[in-house]
Amino acid sequence: MSIFDTFIALFTDSTLRTIAIGTMVLGATSGMLGSFAVLRKESLLGDAISHAALPGIVLAFLITGSKESYVLLFGALIVGLIGTVWIRSIVHKTHLKTDTALGLILSIFFGFGILLLTYVQKLPDANQAGLDKYLFGQAATLIDLDVYILIAVTLIALVILFLFWKEFKIMLFDTDYAKTLGFNVKFIDILITFFIVLTIVLGLQTVGVVLMSALLLAPAAAARQWTNSLGKMVLIAAIIGALSGLIGTGISASENNLPTGPVIVIVASAIVLFSFIFSPIRGILFQQLRLHQNRNNLELMKTLQLMYNIAKTHQDFTHPHAIGILNDFRGFSKSSLKKMEEKEWIQIEGNQWKLTAIGFKEAKDMFHSNSLENG
Amino acid sequence: MGDAQIEIQIIAAVVAAACAIPGVFLVLRKMALISDAISHSILLGIVVGFFITNDLNSPWLILLAAVTGVLTIVMVEMIQRTKLVKEDTAIGLVFPLLFSIGVILISKNANDIHLDVDSVLIGELAFAPFDRFIFDGMDLGPKSLWIMGTILIISVASLLLFFKELKVTTFDPGLAASIGISPLIFHYGLMSVSSVTIVGAFDAVGAILVVALMIAPAATAYLLTTNLKKMIGLAVLFGVTSAISGYWLAHYLDASISGSMTTMLGVIFLITYLFASDKGLIASIYRHKKQKIEVSLIIFLLHLNNHRDEIEARQFIHLQEHFNWTKKYAESVVDLADKNNMIQFEGDLIALTEKGENFTDLTLKYILTNKDDEIEHLKRDFFLFRG
Repeated sequence: MSIFDTFIALFTDSTLRTIAIGTMVLGATSGMLGSFAVLRKESLLGDAISHAALPGIVLAFLITGSKESYVLLFGALIVGLIGTVWIRSIVHKTHLKTDTALGLILSIFFGFGILLLTYVQKLPDANQAGLDKYLFGQAATLIDLDVYILIAVTLIALVILFLFWKEFKIMLFDTDYAKTLGFNVKFIDILITFFIVLTIVLGLQTVGVVLMSALLLAPAAAARQWTNSLGKMVLIAAIIGALSGLIGTGISASENNLPTGPVIVIVASAIVLFSFIFSPIRGILFQQLRLHQNRNNLELMKTLQLMYNIAKTHQDFTHPHAIGILNDFRGFSKSSLKKMEEKEWIQIEGNQWKLTAIGFKEAKDMFHSNSLENG
Repeated sequence: MGDAQIEIQIIAAVVAAACAIPGVFLVLRKMALISDAISHSILLGIVVGFFITNDLNSPWLILLAAVTGVLTIVMVEMIQRTKLVKEDTAIGLVFPLLFSIGVILISKNANDIHLDVDSVLIGELAFAPFDRFIFDGMDLGPKSLWIMGTILIISVASLLLFFKELKVTTFDPGLAASIGISPLIFHYGLMSVSSVTIVGAFDAVGAILVVALMIAPAATAYLLTTNLKKMIGLAVLFGVTSAISGYWLAHYLDASISGSMTTMLGVIFLITYLFASDKGLIASIYRHKKQKIEVSLIIFLLHLNNHRDEIEARQFIHLQEHFNWTKKYAESVVDLADKNNMIQFEGDLIALTEKGENFTDLTLKYILTNKDDEIEHLKRDFFLFRG
């Protein structure tokens, strides 16, 4: 199947459509909520919680004996929340730093989950096959019900986001100010954390433990490059997340043996790379261009100042001088002289240059105006 | 106990010790999550190495994996240098990408590759003794023991040789640079040692346990001491203890050895976290409570001093209204003041004793001048509260 056919099939084939919608909605939600995680410097919370949720899945199975995805994911949610609370408490109550707390909870919970998983595997009458799909995620196992749950969670998160937008925003950028205004910071904190954890847990089934963290932060990291406004960032992140989901599912369906989760992550990473380079405000390309331009402008200014110093020794500043004089100093070239002529700062006549009135004024005002910035 | 059992325990202990040493420095340098990143992204190195050599036992695999580990760090630092995203975001962007490429390469070639992601992530120590190192027809013991033993010796040797340099570059890179010790060299040195250790260890215990073995012992030790040497010693001790006890837990439950080792690490951390005498949760809550009641006591005494002529303000019932204290809390504050002979009762009125007046005078003086030497006196003279 060619990629083009596959993308058509995404909308016509019912199984594929379910998967595509599922990954799109998941991408959108995690992009949306991931923005908050990234801005709160908790980018790797996704990584930690998606690993830490594993024992929850196995425990839920051990207790209920059910393999329904929502039962297992509920267990994951509970344990994920416990993990989050513990991480926070380690950071607040001891002198261990965030990275240590995250790595610690991540690995210990996951290890405990593996212990439980292998223990369950060896129980005589437990048919646990399929539990480990949560390790790596299988988008192909998404059924309509899963997609409905995803959509429902997304809608609820959207409503909450609208209702508490102001609170989220102020807490994000100035927690202390939020406290002095009398907002219940703890409640808002719990609310946003709950939804982040919920999204992570829902993503486990689709993209798996390792890749969920990327889905949470890559769209947000990309969106951050395009805007400085929180609202726009959340929106752009949601769109990028949804696009990654859609394109990733399409590509992975077009060939055999191409797992969906990793492809989605690669698509999202490509968008991040693109944003890093080509974003007009912060992108590396434009940064370099601006740097180059500023440097050139500075060179021109330097030459102009040099000319000014020579010219002002004469009563008539338009008195022509030999270009050769400038040779004693560095900082001019044919092209720079040409540029200066274009700006009508100087006039070139054969081997001589003379300042124009504009050039004289420009040089005189150089340190008194904002001409440096405007070039 | 069979030979294999002893060998597994020795391997586990060696792995734990080898991980704990670089782990201490990672935790102190706030780079703990680098171990997580490396342990995931080396999957790509191993897969590529396998494609080149077609041999899962080739030493090239380990080398390529270690190179991928260093590559991960270089990529993370490149992204960090652009200042487009925060440090931790950079880590989170790099390793899932490399890991994804690895997973895709594996599944595209699932038929001709005997390598599955599960075993990379989880590892199985139980099989380690079956992979022997045979030289010239002689059985020299399990291969992973040789690999990890070598790595451990290298770590210990570089630790002993460069202890001073590691210490100063960790705690004060600026000072290190000014006295001619390049923080950069030791940064990349540490990164290379970590990368090689992770690669060597993950073969035996899996990617996630490597992270646990690196971070957990160091974090636990950090709760107990602030002395670098002691911290390293304790970390090694915790690592080895959990390795051996974890083995027996796995033996008893018939479950994954690496999972049990991690669980034991978690148990040791939890106990320390709760009960550590100085930095543990309980100690910290207790200290917080004590400080709170001491502050309340000072407020209460100052209040008495301020309103010494107002009868109303000196009644016990007034405290609850004025400070919004519960009856129980007010009682405990008054009780503490009484025990320290700061107050005396005149009927149902409370008055400052001479000692109490001296104390409040000094406190006021401290508050007004805000000089540290005043508070030192105050502490020495009065902060002998019996509670």
